[in-house]
Amino acid sequence: MSDWLTWLPQMLPGLRVSILLTALCLALGLPLGLVLALAVQTRSRLVRVVALVVVEIGRGLPALVLLYLLYFGLPEVGVTLSAFVTAVISLAWTTGAYSSELFRSGLGAVPHGQREAAAVCGLTGWTAMRHVILPQALRISVPPLSGLSVTIFQASSLAFVIAVPELMSRAYAVGSTSFRYLSVFALTAVLYGLVTVAALALVGLLERRLSRHL
Amino acid sequence: MSPQVALQILSGLGMTLAVTALSLVFGAVAGLPLVAARRSSWPPLALAARALIDVVRAIPPITWLFMIFFGLPTIGVNLEPLPAAVAGFSVIASAYFAEMYRSGLLGVERGQWEAATALGMSRWTQLRCIVGPQAFKILLPATAAYAIALIKDSALASTIGVQDITYQAGLASRQTHEGLLAFAIAGAIYIAVSVPLALAARRVDAGLRQRLEVAA
Repeated sequence: MSDWLTWLPQMLPGLRVSILLTALCLALGLPLGLVLALAVQTRSRLVRVVALVVVEIGRGLPALVLLYLLYFGLPEVGVTLSAFVTAVISLAWTTGAYSSELFRSGLGAVPHGQREAAAVCGLTGWTAMRHVILPQALRISVPPLSGLSVTIFQASSLAFVIAVPELMSRAYAVGSTSFRYLSVFALTAVLYGLVTVAALALVGLLERRLSRHL
Repeated sequence: MSPQVALQILSGLGMTLAVTALSLVFGAVAGLPLVAARRSSWPPLALAARALIDVVRAIPPITWLFMIFFGLPTIGVNLEPLPAAVAGFSVIASAYFAEMYRSGLLGVERGQWEAATALGMSRWTQLRCIVGPQAFKILLPATAAYAIALIKDSALASTIGVQDITYQAGLASRQTHEGLLAFAIAGAIYIAVSVPLALAARRVDAGLRQRLEVAA
């Protein structure tokens, strides 16, 4: 186990990249999910269809296949991006697709009376959405969204296959030089596990705090 | 891209389905002792089971696969890609199944257990004839959703050399330099496989609902 201590300085930068990747994907993907959730319910047929296609591709494709699709496909249409940026775009798409479903349930869970009451007070359309519906919908969606965020952190490990220097790739590099694969990947598992457990504990606290006034 | 290459990608479907089906079966079976331990009245066993389930779910699937495929050989256990992938996904599936069994059992109201006890049934008979079928109805949608998710997760098996859809698409992409088309085809196959499964699951669920509806 002293090997673990010698390997940590090499592996921790990888963990940092994983967390950075996750944070960027969430920062881009969650707003995208909200936009998609609203877009699939608009009256404009064109917007609805486009949003549906984006969601179905993001949800229907395995995250790995979408990643490869963008990584190999984008250069073919002339767009050359770094592996990290491609990974962010791909995972953000996946995040947006899955979170749009969660946002839709959240929006649907807001009592219909809220919309009526808002209309009675003279608030319509976007104003009602922004001040009355969305705050409540977001509050309801926070628990499943937090679960999704933790899943996305685990999905960041996929970026390994397109050579993003995140935790898995550092682990593999250490493994190939030391051949102590089992030990290295066990350490990797511990690192992922610790961050996941810590994040889930925080989520639990958040849930309890939010449901205090419900 | 020639039709042969497209068919080559499609040929990976067999491996994808094999990995998924085998992992589902082993996971469903292995989840049973896990949920039994989790629901045990002896605290250390229940806590250990809970910790095990949480740990398994906290580790990314790709890390599990790499631990089994690259790590086990260092202690003498050499597995081919397919068995390694099935082993990895089975471990993860067993944890998820344990949780699904648990929600299914928790979803059956206590009154059913009590009524069955009042009728003089042993715990095993209660489980098998009264509570079990009701729990099954509850967990069927969750199981179907998990199966569909597992088909997509199985794409990871390509990273340890299982020749599934994703692996074949990667090969085709390198051979023809038409990566966009290759992975678009792969994606279409994954979507095409999930849709009938989702529809079938919904039909079975509706059918079960008709037959097992308990008088309120």
